[in-house]
Amino acid sequence: MRGTTKYGSCWKVAAQNRPPRSFYYSLSASTRKATALQDFSYAAATTIDEAVSLLSAGGDRARVLAGGTDIIVQLREGLRSADLVVDVKKIPELMALDFDPARGLLLGAAVPCYRLYDDERIAAAYPALVDSARIIGGWQIQGRASIGGNLCNSSPAADSIPSLIALGATCRIAGPAGTREVPVAEFCTAPGRNCLARGEFLVSLVLPAPRGGSAYLRFIPRNEMDIAVVGVGAWVELDPSGQKIADARIALAAVAPTPVVAAEAGKSLVGQPASEASFKAAGEAAKKVARPITDRRGPADYRTHLVGVLTQRVLATAVERAKSKK
Amino acid sequence: MSKRIHVSTTINGAPTEFLCEARQSLLEVLRDTLRLTGSKEGCGNGNCGACTVLLDGVPVDSCLVLAVEAEGADITTVEGLAHDTRLHPLQQCFLEGAALQCGICTPGFLVTAKALLDRNPKPTEHKIRFQLSGNLCRCTGYDKIVRAVQEAAKALDGNGRAEKKAAAKPRAAAH
Repeated sequence: MRGTTKYGSCWKVAAQNRPPRSFYYSLSASTRKATALQDFSYAAATTIDEAVSLLSAGGDRARVLAGGTDIIVQLREGLRSADLVVDVKKIPELMALDFDPARGLLLGAAVPCYRLYDDERIAAAYPALVDSARIIGGWQIQGRASIGGNLCNSSPAADSIPSLIALGATCRIAGPAGTREVPVAEFCTAPGRNCLARGEFLVSLVLPAPRGGSAYLRFIPRNEMDIAVVGVGAWVELDPSGQKIADARIALAAVAPTPVVAAEAGKSLVGQPASEASFKAAGEAAKKVARPITDRRGPADYRTHLVGVLTQRVLATAVERAKSKK
Repeated sequence: MSKRIHVSTTINGAPTEFLCEARQSLLEVLRDTLRLTGSKEGCGNGNCGACTVLLDGVPVDSCLVLAVEAEGADITTVEGLAHDTRLHPLQQCFLEGAALQCGICTPGFLVTAKALLDRNPKPTEHKIRFQLSGNLCRCTGYDKIVRAVQEAAKALDGNGRAEKKAAAKPRAAAH
């Protein structure tokens, strides 16, 4: 399969090929000819219970359709197959977007990315998530693609997942046995795989009330429209003096089979001055979590190096944002 | 499985109904069923933006929308930009500024640029380049496209008034 070809560090290949979109990096940037989609039937569920029963009955042959920017490509290119596509955009809970500064954000799993950055209050409250929403594909993708879909596609390189983890987001999942909650940090299990069982689907993401500052940064060889070589999301809270870090969370993308938490890096910042030296030390700690592969987007040691650089930079931005809120 | 589904939409201001299979993309139906061949199929996977249409005012890649999802939606394609024989200022500026060579990408650029100017009548060059990053052009090197959008913004008087008038007309004509 083309996706397993190793291009090593040959950036020119990545730059000259048709630019890839957000799909897990081992299988993306297809140059296969676009063809008609395989045959399937379509059902638009209007309630959570209806979607659960459709998905339970369909099993592995049923797929959830939110923005469609991953699943339609995967069906077209034969990377996944389905007998039934269940559109969840007519379920009110999946399209919810409720922000309350005291309670937090309830983000329906099918809400398209653009609605996050079009809402100034949300953009100000969760800047890391909005950093991600602005760079997942181009504008046309953001008009359809949802953060929930980006999570369920479970790419190791997904741009929204480090931000969700850094912001402490929780998944609300519905299924035949009722609803359950799973921290985003525990949702992905392998490239393209997650903890959703048969008949289950993601209803919404719950973010805690906004505190401190946050940011997401990725490295790509192009200006826009590419898949992260490395992505880093960070959240920091400053102590009352505004000079020291009270708490921090850092998460990484594209350096392991799933997005990962750099727990030690976050812990290393607690009580430290909000300085370049602390950020650099955190970057070194974050590098220890990285277990990258070498592929066409970059060699493993380069990716590890990038983790250090990006962690340092993203922390500086997150701290600046935390200070500007004080 | 390939039962045909009835879909009611509004396309370029005109109420439009069609039959489609669940697996058909909106782009396929626009081009092959409705013969609105302005939208192009470039890559078929959401990279190139040649198939961009406005779905309830939001730019989307129509190759990544199932036609059945268009039920009840208001769609604008590149065919909806001009009013009778009068080109939309964006089209006029693309023409005068030679912002196209082979032309395959042009309908997508026009539709995305229209969406941009609808929201932001005076975009900076950086903003134009960022918002058009989901549209690929292999011929022009983008500079002429960006300049054409800037010229169109000027032609639209920068206050959105001409834009609103231009956008309102085809719809009014359809009712």
